[in-house]
Amino acid sequence: MATATTFITRGRRVVSSVSRRRFSSSCQNAIQQQQEEKSQPGGGKSLNLYSAINQALHIALETDSRAYVFGEDVSFGGVFRCTTGLADRFGKSRVFNTPLCEQGIVGFGIGLAAMGNRAIAEIQFADYIFPAFDQIVNEAAKFRYRSGNQFNCGGCLLILFIELDEISCDSAGLTIRAPYGAVGHGGHYHSQSPEAFFCHVPGIKVSFFLRELVVIPRSPRQAKGLLLSCIRDPNPVVFFEPKWLYRLSVEEVPEDDYMLPLSEAEVIREGSDITLVGWGAQLSIMEQACIDAEKDGISCELIDLKTLIPWDKETVEVSVKKTGRLLISHEAPVTGGFGAEIAASILDRCFLRVITSCRLLLCLFLSMKKSSLERMLVQPSNHGVPHQRE
Amino acid sequence: MALSRFTSSSTARSSTLLKPLTTAFLLRRPISSDTTPLTIETSVPFTAHQCEAPSRSVETSSKELLTFFRDMALMRRMEIAADSLYKAKLVRGFCHLYDGQEAVAVGMEAAITKKGFHYNCLSGKGGSMHFYKKGSGFYGGHGIVGAQIPLGCGLAFAQKYSKDETVTFALYGDGAANQGQLFEALNISALWDLPAILVCENNHYGMGTAEWRAAKSPAYYKRGDYVPGLKVDGMDALAVKQACKFAKEHALKNGPIILEMDTYRYHGHSMSDPGSTYRTRDEISGVRQERDPIERIRKLVLSHDLATEKELKDIEKEVRKEVDEAIAQAKVRSISSEKERASVVGLKFSSESPMPEAHELFTNVYVKGFGTEAYGPDRKEVRGVLP
Repeated sequence: MATATTFITRGRRVVSSVSRRRFSSSCQNAIQQQQEEKSQPGGGKSLNLYSAINQALHIALETDSRAYVFGEDVSFGGVFRCTTGLADRFGKSRVFNTPLCEQGIVGFGIGLAAMGNRAIAEIQFADYIFPAFDQIVNEAAKFRYRSGNQFNCGGCLLILFIELDEISCDSAGLTIRAPYGAVGHGGHYHSQSPEAFFCHVPGIKVSFFLRELVVIPRSPRQAKGLLLSCIRDPNPVVFFEPKWLYRLSVEEVPEDDYMLPLSEAEVIREGSDITLVGWGAQLSIMEQACIDAEKDGISCELIDLKTLIPWDKETVEVSVKKTGRLLISHEAPVTGGFGAEIAASILDRCFLRVITSCRLLLCLFLSMKKSSLERMLVQPSNHGVPHQRE
Repeated sequence: MALSRFTSSSTARSSTLLKPLTTAFLLRRPISSDTTPLTIETSVPFTAHQCEAPSRSVETSSKELLTFFRDMALMRRMEIAADSLYKAKLVRGFCHLYDGQEAVAVGMEAAITKKGFHYNCLSGKGGSMHFYKKGSGFYGGHGIVGAQIPLGCGLAFAQKYSKDETVTFALYGDGAANQGQLFEALNISALWDLPAILVCENNHYGMGTAEWRAAKSPAYYKRGDYVPGLKVDGMDALAVKQACKFAKEHALKNGPIILEMDTYRYHGHSMSDPGSTYRTRDEISGVRQERDPIERIRKLVLSHDLATEKELKDIEKEVRKEVDEAIAQAKVRSISSEKERASVVGLKFSSESPMPEAHELFTNVYVKGFGTEAYGPDRKEVRGVLP
């Protein structure tokens, strides 16, 4: 039991203690040992982000015969090539195109997962996720709670182990993948960052084990490990992929099966003067800001939040208690954005430690963006950091 | 993939660059201005569902046929130009080409009444697929195509309420036909007998998925069940015109009707789709040879001796020239101020185009005076005030 819990987040621990089951994943111990090294650079082949996602999907389908990939145009490889080769390798019954109907796709995914399968749905752009909003918010997130844990779309398939007294739970579940964010020329229907909508689903606060996760990776290595964790997580997960980085971000990615912990933030740069928090594509801009600020003698600590619900408050708290300053940056609009949630929570926890008020460096109000204007005005640039000097 | 009230713009899917062109060609006289009635039979009969099919004999004229030819040649040329401009990175964003389906737009426009010409879509921020033209009742295209069908029902209700004897054409494709919203719209429009004509442009591929892989019944004209439908050869401009006339009368008298336009798109769905991974090149060239809407009109014109082959070739040359000129003009137009324009005439525009004014980003988010202020990172410095 103890071996699994270090990797598993608080929420999952509630599940396991309540149901008195543990996860059968035979690779769990190995994963735990691996995760340290896997999150560090080096080793493996050089891959871009979409190829890393593609590799993760291959592994997911390979390691679990109950895993399915479906969505608009996925059997041809998808518009961003993330699902290339899957249909050829795993067959049309496990990798298939759906009609253009997002509500139908997610609803179908819930049903598939409720029967003990791993449903991996693709919504072609995060902007198209809104027709499926009802299914995600009302149906997927609360299925378990409404039915008193009789049904869910992050199901548990019971497997009797050799030791008969030990009942193990192999997680199944629904993962919704969607490319999000600015890409430089996307326009209204191809650029939005809708993560905050999903972070507001009330079920999450009621109980940990009906949580819905929102995960956003920053690089190929992260994308692969996080996606595999999401697919294998026993909760419905929304996985937003930064489409700006699909081809742009390249790093060495281990070829084997590895998972990175969800709800665990990562300090990707240590510093003492200010804490910067972000996720997804924004990290690369913030990293540059840290380098620029260093030239001005400001030492920045940079944190990749990775999972938004439930998010790793502890890591951010420790950092802010050290630096006394917090800056959050995301692509989504300011009002009602997830940055405000972080600012409020951290201010509450570190009230006596913060030197200046929290700063949000975000998209200037609009979610729509077009061509070069988008890059200049909407995607938060690194110009804001020097303002924090005062 | 456009939504039109009362009348429709034939250029919905192409680039803004087309706009000045259309004005130019309307002012020019076609070779033949002969309006003597001419009766021509449609290529294939209409197939009807829950209604009586209209006659195959379509009344037209030499003038109309030559206008069709010119219009479609112009559209085709513009699409090809948009393709190369996009590939040259002069057109940014996403780009969805319409070549192959010209007869639907042209035939529909011939069946409806036009009012006013205002080419004022240049300040819109939608990009590809998002053209609007209020003066002609063209309510534009929407990114999630299924979403515009219920919107069309709202337009139709307003038309019915005001008793102005007009109808709404709500366009969608075979891909969007599988969205649940279509069926909600069908129920609403049939329940309240709205003058809505639901036009399904069936080009047989919803993005990259063949219709039979996405639809249990690809007979889209029948899928309204209790709503009458008509299947039309969408590669035949005359058949489209006949069907739209028929549908207009039907909608005003009886309520909604579905028109399924059997058509074909030569290019991929968007620029990232080569259009050849999910269908054979033979299939595309087969349609080009057998059913091309422009070639069909060319044959009709020649067989009825309305113009010579050389005259038609000349029209195509003219059209090509117009497109080239419009592109050159657009390159200059994209420079915002007169002064800057004067200084960059003759230069390549992509690298010379200035950034739009920063306040443009905040324009039209809210009604003027009812918006908010946007701040910089420190919440002290105002970065933009909504006009």
